[in-house]
Amino acid sequence: MQTVQPRSLPLRLPRVRPGGVLPILAILAVLLVLVAIRQPDFLAPSSLMSFLGRSAPIILLAAGQYFVIVSGEFDLSVGSLVTAQVVVAARLIDGDPARTWPVVLLLLAFGAVVGLVNGLITTRLRVPSFITTLGMFLILVGAVYLWSDGAPKGQLSEEFRRFGRRAVEDVPLLGRVPYALMVLVVLAVAAVLLMRSDFGRTLVAVGDNPRTAELSGVRVWRTRTIAFILSGLAAAVAAILLGGYSGVSFQAGAGLEFGAITAVVLGGVALGGGRGAVVGAMLGALTLELLFALMNFYGVSGALRSTVQGAIILLAVAVSATRSSSR
Amino acid sequence: MSDPRPAPLLTLRGIGKSFLGVRVLDGVDLDVAPGEVHAVVGENGAGKSTLMKIVSGGYAPDGGTVELAGEPRVFRGPRDAQRAGIGIIHQEFNLLPGRTVAENVYLGHEPVRRGFVDRREMLDRTARLLASIGETALPADARVGRLGVAQQQVVEIAKALALDARLLIMDEPTAALADHEVELLYGLVRRLQERGIGLLYVSHRLTEVFDLSSRITVLKDGRRVTTVDTATTTADELVRHMVGRELSSYYPERAAPEDLGPVRLTVRDAGNRKLRDVDLQLRAGEVLGIGGLQGSGRSALARALFGVSPFTTGDVTLDGRPVRLRSPRTAMRAGIAYVTEDRKGEGIVPRQSVLDNALLASRAVFAARSGRAARTVRVRELLAAVEVRGAGDDQEIRFLSGGNQQKVVLARWLALNPRILLFDEPTRGIDVGAKSAIHDLVRRLARDGAAVLMISSDLPELLGMSDRIVVMRDGRIAGELPASASEEDVVALAVGTVREAAA
Repeated sequence: MQTVQPRSLPLRLPRVRPGGVLPILAILAVLLVLVAIRQPDFLAPSSLMSFLGRSAPIILLAAGQYFVIVSGEFDLSVGSLVTAQVVVAARLIDGDPARTWPVVLLLLAFGAVVGLVNGLITTRLRVPSFITTLGMFLILVGAVYLWSDGAPKGQLSEEFRRFGRRAVEDVPLLGRVPYALMVLVVLAVAAVLLMRSDFGRTLVAVGDNPRTAELSGVRVWRTRTIAFILSGLAAAVAAILLGGYSGVSFQAGAGLEFGAITAVVLGGVALGGGRGAVVGAMLGALTLELLFALMNFYGVSGALRSTVQGAIILLAVAVSATRSSSR
Repeated sequence: MSDPRPAPLLTLRGIGKSFLGVRVLDGVDLDVAPGEVHAVVGENGAGKSTLMKIVSGGYAPDGGTVELAGEPRVFRGPRDAQRAGIGIIHQEFNLLPGRTVAENVYLGHEPVRRGFVDRREMLDRTARLLASIGETALPADARVGRLGVAQQQVVEIAKALALDARLLIMDEPTAALADHEVELLYGLVRRLQERGIGLLYVSHRLTEVFDLSSRITVLKDGRRVTTVDTATTTADELVRHMVGRELSSYYPERAAPEDLGPVRLTVRDAGNRKLRDVDLQLRAGEVLGIGGLQGSGRSALARALFGVSPFTTGDVTLDGRPVRLRSPRTAMRAGIAYVTEDRKGEGIVPRQSVLDNALLASRAVFAARSGRAARTVRVRELLAAVEVRGAGDDQEIRFLSGGNQQKVVLARWLALNPRILLFDEPTRGIDVGAKSAIHDLVRRLARDGAAVLMISSDLPELLGMSDRIVVMRDGRIAGELPASASEEDVVALAVGTVREAAA
């Protein structure tokens, strides 16, 4: 009576667990093959290392975005938060190395507070997160312009910039290992451990069915607010790395929120929450960056980036929606 | 059934319907003459709503025919049925509160002049329509959101009439009405009859059924038990038809008087938006059954005790100490567990594993109390103890049968060692085997000293499991019955065979 009936599939697809990381690994592998064919040099250790270092900010943002999305919400504010962080850092540091660490701490606090506000407005005032974080996005854009009178002021210290542009040289086998990559590895491991903890399992449960979670004693509002704080913190770290790598401008974080969301969706995480792995989200970001690199090698205009991103979002959501409704 | 009634407006023959292999309707015959009020009664789950959905085009029957004025019809959807002249007034209204009466009545088929909505025409027609059913006091340009419930119901009816309904289905039309409004509805129903409209009247409340209908069809377990002329039957006879069945299933032995422990939970004079004057005692070692109709306040009681929609008045004491159950967390800390009625919507996190589902509550509330590893071991043991079958602990719970899902939910609560367990329809939609496993488990918990409150619409279950039965009606406790009570006793208290005087 209790035998599990085999579901008949029209096509003999390999049994892939929904929300797993196999599909994204497959896509990544295909892209790597294409890169190897076109530009074998790219896969040399040193250039691969610096590619990973360059990709660290978007991967971290994808991890941050993952926490929010898997709990059933969105965070559109991260792009402008990154911009704000970079501009604020430049003005406060103003070239003074002694201010580096205090400002780093301040940026982390800034990111956490923005996440806290996003979270509280969404959960306590019941504003849909799409709107909350869009509002936060606009507020931050305007505030930064106002605060800096329309042009970024000051400059980052060399100590600050080293996180994003320096590396440990002469590592055996790997060549140079960027600091950014080391930060990424540490935080990625932390993210994976967090998702295995009680908090992580509860976070996914909240995204899956908040009613059940609430009736099982979960403080849904608190759990989701923490997710927003994690996203804000991820934006702060991304800003520190990006500021070091590409410098100060009002464009520092432009479009990153959509990049992060695309990466998360590409990584097999369900919009609306409840399914997907943080590793998938981070691999999604890596895949996206690799795709852009590949487009570059094939001479595709960089202007197509956002078009490609849009197409990926639509395709990924459509695929996951049709697959989950057909069962 | 050879009587001098006019040719029937609606004839149902041999209607059957199954959901996922469960037969909810089986060979139901029924007819309604023009100008007749035909009442349909039965317990929760007897198949009334499904039958009404078939008549109004919401479901397609698996078998049987629907004839309208002698012509067989197949409705492809509710709009099809509307066009054929069948209107349905649901318990929950389907109105736009920000729009006027006229805009609601003509929603989707507004009178048009030169491509634009002809507002004047729409108001005129609505006013005429309302006048024709004697509702002259209701202005056609009033905003629906400002109207009382009874008037909103009139708007719903006018909406159906604007589509030239010849047959109206009313599903529990008085559920939302105050006593004086019920009289107004009676008048309206009679005027609809005079217009030659046939009415299918679904209600739990026998008083109304006797006041309004000319014939009554009793459904039970998806079959038609009988159709009787209202004038020749009595409420008692009707109740017997509604419940009449053999008590054949096995239930675990009840608590002996010496098994009963001290009073765990006392509720005094408690109430909230849905409950009034609730007095209740729950002892360690007993299973207290809660009977009553859907919406009578049974679930509201459990949800108040679990802090989901807390009591706003009155006192609750737990083991002699006053407590305020403000939220599920406070209730859980006080040792209360709650297995909800809506398993899919509130009981499981569908895409998470069996293990994650079973660990949900322990992780949320008592995370610091025990080590992670020890906790996981314990929950795995519990899952084995409640005999979740056909699935590993890592399988997503949505692929399990309802019975196995319910066992996982039980394991989630047992992990907290609760002293008071609230069960809301613990065996609804569960196969027979899992059902008796859950019955045994509930009894075992009581024997081990837990206090159990069990809500059930399944009368044999309620009578078979409970040491004592409290029946609710209209948000209040209508009475208490001993374990030896009959199904008729429970139903009589639940439907109120005599209408109570207003408090």
